[in-house]
Amino acid sequence: MKEIRAHAGFPIKPVYGPEDVADVDFERDIGRPGEYPFTRGIHTHMYRARPWTMRQYVGFGTPKETNSRFKYLMAHGQDALNVAFDLPTQLGLDSDDRRAEGEVGRVGMAIDTLADMEEAFAGIPLDRVSVSLTINGMAAAITAMYYAVAEKQGAAADRVVTTPQNDILKEFIARGTWIYPVEPSLRLVADLIEFSAKHYPRSNPVSVCGYHIREAGCTTAQEMAYGLEIAAAYVELMLARGIPVDDFAPRISFNFTAWGKIFEEVAKFRAGRRLYARMLRGRFGAKNPKSWMFRTLIGGGGSAFVVQEPENNIVRGAYIALAGALSGAQTMALPTYDEAYTIPSAKAQLIALRTMQICAEESGAADTVDPLAGSYYVEALTSAMETQILEEMARVERMGGIVEAVKGGALQAEVARQAYLFEQKLVSGEIPKVGANCHVGDKAAEADREVELYAFDPQVAAAQVAKLERIRRDRDNSAAARALRHLSDEARSTGNLMYPILEAVRAYATLGEIARAMKDVFGEHKEPVRF
Amino acid sequence: MKVLIAKPGLDGHDRGAKVVALALRDAGVEVVYSGLKRTPDEIVQEAIQEDVDVIGLSVLSGAHLLLSCRVIEGLRAYGAEEIKVVVGGIIPPRDVAELRKLGVAHVFPMGTPLPEIIKVFTKEASER
Repeated sequence: MKEIRAHAGFPIKPVYGPEDVADVDFERDIGRPGEYPFTRGIHTHMYRARPWTMRQYVGFGTPKETNSRFKYLMAHGQDALNVAFDLPTQLGLDSDDRRAEGEVGRVGMAIDTLADMEEAFAGIPLDRVSVSLTINGMAAAITAMYYAVAEKQGAAADRVVTTPQNDILKEFIARGTWIYPVEPSLRLVADLIEFSAKHYPRSNPVSVCGYHIREAGCTTAQEMAYGLEIAAAYVELMLARGIPVDDFAPRISFNFTAWGKIFEEVAKFRAGRRLYARMLRGRFGAKNPKSWMFRTLIGGGGSAFVVQEPENNIVRGAYIALAGALSGAQTMALPTYDEAYTIPSAKAQLIALRTMQICAEESGAADTVDPLAGSYYVEALTSAMETQILEEMARVERMGGIVEAVKGGALQAEVARQAYLFEQKLVSGEIPKVGANCHVGDKAAEADREVELYAFDPQVAAAQVAKLERIRRDRDNSAAARALRHLSDEARSTGNLMYPILEAVRAYATLGEIARAMKDVFGEHKEPVRF
Repeated sequence: MKVLIAKPGLDGHDRGAKVVALALRDAGVEVVYSGLKRTPDEIVQEAIQEDVDVIGLSVLSGAHLLLSCRVIEGLRAYGAEEIKVVVGGIIPPRDVAELRKLGVAHVFPMGTPLPEIIKVFTKEASER
């Protein structure tokens, strides 16, 4: 019989029975939904009480274009937003910076000043819609802009629900939008968490991402292990500031992927939830049950999709949604079938949204909590996954802990090695991809012409730059300069940088100016190039 | 034979670049990897200094036309046009011909199998 392995590496048996779950202690390892250790889910009634939030990742061109796509999705029943920013914004470069040439408004919307954020959220009440901001290196500044827009709209601070990603460690490992060296980058992460915990109690000031590390090539168990290590690193940062764990831990959230083998994904989340609960309660002494809860967005994972016969990706998306539902996602976002080619079309976005709605409303996956609990296979897999995750966490500790492993590049090298192994398995066919390495159709190569490609408009950059110049001309320049000087001074000192950043944002300082004010003090990250 | 795998522009996705670099190394090719976010000029300088035969550009942000053009112009400006340039990443079909017109020797759009990429690199270098 052909050997089959989980993406995590361990073998899968053809049949599971009671002997495979003999070590599982119901009270200790599984328990009831909504109760420690939350293996079965963080809420008692899960989707019977409230379906998962649907949050497609959107953003392109100017803030105005993005604003109309937001409204399009909300008109079709999407209840929350997930904002994509262009690369210059993510890296703190103004739209007229030489290094931004060709990148303005391309992979997300361009933001230069508070005026752009005002336009992006015009007509969207920020005290009623929850918004994820996919921003990391510049999370402090972009979130400050978001808070400033909410304030201008008259939204009460305790009604504002936003989730800036603010996970810089995974950027160093996998996604690349780092700016400053590791230590000052971590300071900014902590500043945003501390500020939000104090002033915006319903915001989720960090979203720890295993997702991007998995997309960069690591295994399922590594995705969870690295995510838990990163979360622990942020908790330690806050504890080092003398902030009690229960003051901020309830607002820590997660962002993971669920593409791959459905049951393995479910096991990954079940094991991850109980490991996180044990870590927060045991290692960090959290007393508030909300601090123990692994609240997560479960996304697709564009790497699950293939370019051949792109409509098949719609089917893959449906399986991802099913895996996410069976895994107990709080929020879901799916990649779109055209994502391997282009910025998603409105039609592709709508299909992804409809896929989640069909899963929630029609499939029955949401009818009862953790429906796979008690299955010999899924419980055994959950235990195996837990063991594997703990092993991967121990490996990170042997590298000197997650921060050191990232500084030296050892973790990045491990992720690249796994990506290469995965690619070899695709070439050998060990990991099957229908239409790409098995059941390859004659017309597979022709299919790409059927995808509607996003027509990137070079006028976007021109419009954005013109607006930026207008703001620079019309603002009170001395107020902006004063705020930026204040920011540099604070960066040299130890205060929370959110306050001077907010001051600069309100004075319509540009993102590039804010980034530079800190770069002058912190310097820039030097990537440890290892592969 | 020596290859520079480079990431021009602001795009931070390096999975493809690193996988190709590792596969080339396994195929006995000497590989230099630029790291993320290099400007076209930095890439040209590194290619000349390292005396490589081929530059492999990896771009997933959509800015491939501009960035490839800048690298090729840079090589010309330094009189190093004997260094071949190949490009991989999220390259829509309509841009393949455009890239070839700019002087890109080979394009590897999404879904190109790894062995095919390695074969082209080794062929380009041996023809030089």
